[in-house]
Amino acid sequence: MRYLPLSDQDRADMLARIGIGSIDDLFADIPEAARLTAPMDLPRRKSELEVERHLSRLAAQNVPASSVPFFIGGGAYKHHVPATVDHLIQRSEFLTSYTPYQPEITQGTLQALFEFQTQIANLTAMDVANASMYDGSTAAAEAVLMAHRVTKRNKAVISGGLHPHYRAVIRTMSELADDTFDILPADPTGAEDILSRIDNETSCVVVQSPSFFGQLIDLKPIAEKAHECGVLLIAVFTEVVSLGLIEPAGTQGADIVVGEGQSLGNPLTFGGPYVGLFATRQKYIRQMPGRLCGETVDADGKRGFVLTLSTREQHIRREKATSNICTNAGLCQLAFTIHMTLLGQTGFEQLAMANHAAAVKLAGMLEGIDGVELLNETFFNEFTLRLKGKDAEAIVDTLADKGIMAGVPVKRIDPVSKDVEDLLVVAATEINTDEDRAAYAAALKEVLA
Amino acid sequence: MTTYYSKDHEWVAVEGDVATIGITDFAQSQLGDVVFVELPDVGKTLAQGDEAAVVESVKAASEVYAPISGDVTEANDALVDAPAKVNEDPEGAAWFVKMTVSDKAELEDLMDEAAYKAFVESL
Amino acid sequence: MSMNNQGRPSTPNEAGMVAEHKTFTGNKALQIEEPLIFETGRNDVTGVDIDVPLDFKPRLGSHRREAPIDLPGLSEPEAMRHYVRLSQKNYAIDMGLYPLGSCTMKHNPRLNEKMARLPGFADVHPLQPLSTVKGAVELIAQLGRWLLVTTGMASVAMSPKAGAHGELCGMMAIKAALKARGESRSKVLVPESAHGTNPATAALLGYKVVTIPAREDGTVDPASVRELLDDQVAAIMLTNPNTCGLFERDIKEIADAVHEAGAYFYCDGANFNAIVGKAKPGELGVDAMHINLHKTFSTPHGGGGPGAGPVVLSDKLAPFAPVPYVRFEGETAEFIETRAEAKEHGDTPFGRMTAFHGQMGMFIRALSFMLSHGCDGLKQASEDAVLNANYIRVGLADLMSLPFGNRPNMHEVLFDDSFLKDTGVTTLDFAKAMIDEGYHPMTMYFPLVVHGALLIEPTESESLASLDLFIATLRDLVMSAKKGETERFTGAPYHSPRRRLDETAAARKPILKWVRPEPASVEAAE
Repeated sequence: MRYLPLSDQDRADMLARIGIGSIDDLFADIPEAARLTAPMDLPRRKSELEVERHLSRLAAQNVPASSVPFFIGGGAYKHHVPATVDHLIQRSEFLTSYTPYQPEITQGTLQALFEFQTQIANLTAMDVANASMYDGSTAAAEAVLMAHRVTKRNKAVISGGLHPHYRAVIRTMSELADDTFDILPADPTGAEDILSRIDNETSCVVVQSPSFFGQLIDLKPIAEKAHECGVLLIAVFTEVVSLGLIEPAGTQGADIVVGEGQSLGNPLTFGGPYVGLFATRQKYIRQMPGRLCGETVDADGKRGFVLTLSTREQHIRREKATSNICTNAGLCQLAFTIHMTLLGQTGFEQLAMANHAAAVKLAGMLEGIDGVELLNETFFNEFTLRLKGKDAEAIVDTLADKGIMAGVPVKRIDPVSKDVEDLLVVAATEINTDEDRAAYAAALKEVLA
Repeated sequence: MTTYYSKDHEWVAVEGDVATIGITDFAQSQLGDVVFVELPDVGKTLAQGDEAAVVESVKAASEVYAPISGDVTEANDALVDAPAKVNEDPEGAAWFVKMTVSDKAELEDLMDEAAYKAFVESL
Repeated sequence: MSMNNQGRPSTPNEAGMVAEHKTFTGNKALQIEEPLIFETGRNDVTGVDIDVPLDFKPRLGSHRREAPIDLPGLSEPEAMRHYVRLSQKNYAIDMGLYPLGSCTMKHNPRLNEKMARLPGFADVHPLQPLSTVKGAVELIAQLGRWLLVTTGMASVAMSPKAGAHGELCGMMAIKAALKARGESRSKVLVPESAHGTNPATAALLGYKVVTIPAREDGTVDPASVRELLDDQVAAIMLTNPNTCGLFERDIKEIADAVHEAGAYFYCDGANFNAIVGKAKPGELGVDAMHINLHKTFSTPHGGGGPGAGPVVLSDKLAPFAPVPYVRFEGETAEFIETRAEAKEHGDTPFGRMTAFHGQMGMFIRALSFMLSHGCDGLKQASEDAVLNANYIRVGLADLMSLPFGNRPNMHEVLFDDSFLKDTGVTTLDFAKAMIDEGYHPMTMYFPLVVHGALLIEPTESESLASLDLFIATLRDLVMSAKKGETERFTGAPYHSPRRRLDETAAARKPILKWVRPEPASVEAAE
């Protein structure tokens, strides 16, 4: 077997050295009933060529985003990732290293984490950011739990503009942790009255901007009302590129900012692994979940970095930890930070502008089609169309058959909300060409006619 | 003023109706370099054995338990900015809280200096 | 005769060999000091060329950002150097033995990386119409089947994003199953040798954690479990093989007692890599177990993640698996996305763990690993991992101290620090001296059940020569400590990119981001 260095002779020599006759003597503690004597009912080993053939066949049954006009967003976005990023994250020293628990020989990972934390803090205009979470949705659920710890209350008010899957993750966590929640109905236009739902028993209010439906939300009045009631504002984003153009939640008064970072550095890969971003105010750092990297000096007085404040974490605090989280998004966070370093402020703002431009152009073409209504007055690179009275999911399927990925039919991921059957969330990014947009508009027109 | 000691390595010095509470020199030596102290709010009512404060070193977090019952009247906020004081002067300047003594009988559950010394040596 | 080498010396000059040699740059040949991007980058520099169309009217309303973000950029060559230099300050499994007990640092085949990057996997969106992602769904189903066969369990929840997330998933399924029975129990039993994630997970769900003491041989005594069981116990969380590297031999008896009390058995599958192909957890009474794909099935650790933690479930817990999940019906597999679809099959999912379908990128790598090994290779890998760990035990037993006696262990071997008694060297010092010898240290001070723990897991990826050199190195270190050469330890490491770091200072005054230095004031400049 190509991955196993021991030869049969090595094995025999080692057994003799250990002083046993058979390898099974080392497994003697396993109860007999559970021991496997026959081989498992699975195929035998395969050569590299055979494995490649098997998996390539499966891959060939899927339609890659790059192969068609592609307009699906809804929490994961197709962007161009510079070749440098994938090369660097495949360096052995990054790819095959463990969590940096021995800082003397993991300064590479640690310095990259410190740079990442600074990038996120600056992007969100918050004081501190952690070293990443699993993804945006779990980061949002962790933010709610953190708000409960800080406020010693347990009711979350959740905007109808929050991604339906994020809502479901928070709800699942809340239900099983015996916390309460108040979920507003789906809100494509940002018209909901969330202020009246915030009271002195509320722990936090969770608002997404740009919303799941693409609408840009003014967080300032919500922050103001929340703070009057001792409530934390948790601001969520699923498209980090929006921060290149839009006022960050930090300057609008958010107490915790969480989001999905997949857009930078990370491929779509059918939903994961992605990278959760988490930032907050200085005064709450000891209530934060997840790993933190901090600056210090070594025995020679040279600057270096270590994981710090780990007494918050499960491996020390056990049942009193702030979260049970153990791993972070590691390599995905590294990909994010490398892509961000390549962009810099200039490139990041240009990327954001290119995305917004693509969306504005596309919206302009689609809203002119009979039977289509654009619901959002303001948006970044994603917006919602009402396909008046039509089943959006069926239309998306029909367009997919024509080789166009038209967007996310709201009903598919939000089966419980009312009046969403004809809503379609459409995303545009820098990858879309004029031809892509023209093809989409023509096909949609044809299908609706 | 009389000082009493608990099996959890807290000391309590009683002067009239006021008790001053901290952790012992032995406790700080076991913890290592203290990096963080969390103190209770003034006015909080504590029962004997309740969690009164938290003290953390780099690799350990420990609860400080109230050795007796009472209300917190003062917290040593200086420790929050200078947690190293806990290592330097644990049984003096680095006291954690002052509290009222609601039941003097509880002091009988605690050890005097000689008994605590013997207790530590037995560990 | 033509002379063109200008008489350069070709042997090292003895006079040039001094103990310490300082350089102008602080660099040490291939080891190059690297500043932060914030110190070298410029906000107006970018390493990506983007065309920004100007022929459009923004629709941002009043939401436009006004303040600059303050993000320095690097051109592509600068970025390349920056991250390559950083990478050179890391230890990695590709460089040498990485004996972190309980973390399973095994070889990461590059075929897996290549497969995960096929456009048909890497470039598909989680919300594409299902008709366009049939192969992706099929891959999840195939991996699911492999996991069910290797564990002997009834069902699998694929979406948890990491081991701890899988624990949460399994414990949520247990809580939901109790709720469905109309019960609300308050306690969870956890052995003291458990990973910290176990008590943290139980506490997150509102359970009171009751610690089970270890018996003298490092395993859990069924009698102590029975003593703690009552109608308030929701579950026991047990790692098997446990974190002392021992198989819990009374596991079946413990499982039976737990089930008799109406509770569930959560098995922490972190150490499943020791028994794949040798035993089936399904036959041991397990109700739920997460599988760390990054440990057992070699998906790369990536400096801390991403992991992946699918959870296999018994038939009692199967109906509660979170959406989305794959429903197996004979040879067919159906992808269930919503609670409503689940209901049609009589299932009652407890909810949703994450936005999409789990760590697809890790699924591809794990399946690639499993296909490569096959049933025979997976079994051989477990055997080799266990063999290697026992070989290390035997090679060190006379010099180091085994807290539970010189008896066979599974895939990892646990020493305590009594062999260092009176040497003035601690477990930490010993570990740091290993760094100078070119090794990543073993797991230290875990599990908590022994003093100054040193937990060594070589994995199946090591050759006999590699193990022999490792054993010889450790033997030399132990002898050195016993001879009183304490400086070799207390000042170590001497040769790493950084010496020991001041973690106390880092925690007392946390500096968690780079802050632009205040510009020097006019007076100071004068």
